[in-house]
Amino acid sequence: MSFLWGVVWGVAAVLVVAVGAIIGVWWERKVAARIQLRLGPQQIGPAGSLQMVADVLKLLVKEDIVPDASDEPFFRYAPLAVFAPVAMSIAVIPFAAGWAPFDASVGVFFFLAVPSIGVLGILFSAWASHNTLSALGGVRAAAQMVSYEVPRSLSVLSVLVLAGTLRPVGVMDAWQWWWIPATFVGFIVYLISSIAEMNRGPFDIPEAESELVAGYFADYAGIRWAVFMMGEYGAMISASLFGAAMFLGGYHLLPGALGIVAFIAVASLLMTVIMWVKWTLPRMRQDQLMEFCWKMLTPIALVQLLVAGVIAAWL
Amino acid sequence: MSEELVVNIGPAHPSTHGVCRVIVTLDGEVVRHSEVVIGHLHRGIEKMAENRTYLQIVPLTDRLDYVGSMYANWAYCRAVERLAGIRVPERAEYIRVIVCELQRIASHMMSVGPAGADTGATSVFMYTFNQREQVVDLFEQLCGARLTYNYVRPGGVSMDTPVGWADNVRAFCRTHPAAMAEVDRLLFGNVIARQRMKGIGVLSAPDAVAWGASGPVARGSGVSWDLRRDSAYSIYPRLDFDVPVGSNGDCYDRARVRLWECIESCHIIEQALDQMEPGPVMAEAVPRLLAPPPGEAYDHIESARGSLGVYLVSDGTPRPYRMKVRSPAFCNLALLPKLAEGHTLSDLIVILGSLDPVFGEVDR
Repeated sequence: MSFLWGVVWGVAAVLVVAVGAIIGVWWERKVAARIQLRLGPQQIGPAGSLQMVADVLKLLVKEDIVPDASDEPFFRYAPLAVFAPVAMSIAVIPFAAGWAPFDASVGVFFFLAVPSIGVLGILFSAWASHNTLSALGGVRAAAQMVSYEVPRSLSVLSVLVLAGTLRPVGVMDAWQWWWIPATFVGFIVYLISSIAEMNRGPFDIPEAESELVAGYFADYAGIRWAVFMMGEYGAMISASLFGAAMFLGGYHLLPGALGIVAFIAVASLLMTVIMWVKWTLPRMRQDQLMEFCWKMLTPIALVQLLVAGVIAAWL
Repeated sequence: MSEELVVNIGPAHPSTHGVCRVIVTLDGEVVRHSEVVIGHLHRGIEKMAENRTYLQIVPLTDRLDYVGSMYANWAYCRAVERLAGIRVPERAEYIRVIVCELQRIASHMMSVGPAGADTGATSVFMYTFNQREQVVDLFEQLCGARLTYNYVRPGGVSMDTPVGWADNVRAFCRTHPAAMAEVDRLLFGNVIARQRMKGIGVLSAPDAVAWGASGPVARGSGVSWDLRRDSAYSIYPRLDFDVPVGSNGDCYDRARVRLWECIESCHIIEQALDQMEPGPVMAEAVPRLLAPPPGEAYDHIESARGSLGVYLVSDGTPRPYRMKVRSPAFCNLALLPKLAEGHTLSDLIVILGSLDPVFGEVDR
């Protein structure tokens, strides 16, 4: 029976990520267009809202190209290895009071650990493509994603210290409004390192379309490429939801059933901020990125953790 | 020393600014050696010119530097006028200066914007492209073409400015500096952009001279060399303008020099519009089939990329015996392997962009 529920939730998570990605792409194109003095999609459906449906249909029927020199099984299934962990991580997010799709006792750990499996998928795709630019992108991605795990986890730890539990639902139960100012610096660190974790601008160094063309997924086309994109948007959705829950109070912002609306709204706002950052800032260089991680974000996250620890001990 | 990786960039690549191929030898991310392969856009324009009449060559020169067609038009026409001894009417000189300064803005917008795009800030590109678009609209009003103008002709310009055009130009010159200030804050004021461009691809002033660099590439290194001032051609001596000069010779200075030149260009245009008087725009009695006396002529102007020269040899027939273009983009591009060595692959792209090559002119 529990297996059946697992399947149901799995399908639901994939659907949430897929639909979220479709809406996210449309929204990003609109946001980017406004930033860039353009209009964005506007021909198909109201305000171009069905543009992505058309695009997905196009991607589904495109030829599935596998380069001759590629390592075929790895090349074929690498997108799944990127996408699946992201979809899995959404399961532990506490959407409403006392409820998460997968109420794990180590849910926060699960959320931080599982998406980092995606690095493997990126490395598979990069290496299996048999392409120098892809290989460079893959190596860059591995270095970046593994490094940014550290400040990201440390920043989340500061909330956990206050909550005293690893259960996301438990964290939300214990949530107090003053956690927002107390962990605000940690929230900023979380947001920055999440952007780096999902390889988006200004940290899109592994993809770096002006240097590596598209980096690790340069050789992908059609639906396999789309799965990579869904993985990226899925990471953005899950990071925004998790950040809104852990650092900004999630469903506590409005009472009752309205709470979930507020939660989704705040997460959407975070997604918009992530898009805004991407379309405004230039891309960092690999060495600058690593320096920023280890010399700036990690110490700041540690100080935040210390502050949270002192507060928790004092209470 | 680890094993080296040879990476092929281009000729089809988003940020080679045209069809350029760079074979890069990487040690990790660090460029040990790079080799620029040019010629993908070679159309033999110099050779084609030998079989065309002098007037028929003007459209060919449009295709040299397709981001700044007016320059090649003008440089070529100056060489022809020198060869044939044609005196250009005053109004035509003013119009030439105005269109070439507008062209400088349009061309630099295709360099400052991509300087952002090369580092991933695509929005800056859109803002600068918006400015370029306004200039291109002005050119469309002027001569009907948006890219290859064929406007400057031996003896003058093809037609006078349309009614109200000067007002449109003035309106653009009023709004343009503010737009540049915005780009300055957004791109050059950004800490990531500074990190990406400062100290990258440093070209010393003696090297800039020794390698024949010109234009913003040389001026970014502190070489105050501008043909508009130092060769004082056309009506430039009557105009008051500064020549912006950088100090460090890095990508940041090269890009920023371009930005400031755009604002200076606005000043030049406004002065020229004030001084311009009505009159003819084409010298009298320039024959359709121009046959200059035997001889040779070289003339150069300051294009957006540097000293653009055209050398013409006439044997007295209506077709030139030889045409040679001194392309600043070609000379500047030659610096890439030197500047990129020791920097990372990401920096190589930024350096290539900061040299602002246009491959129509590099390959000719």
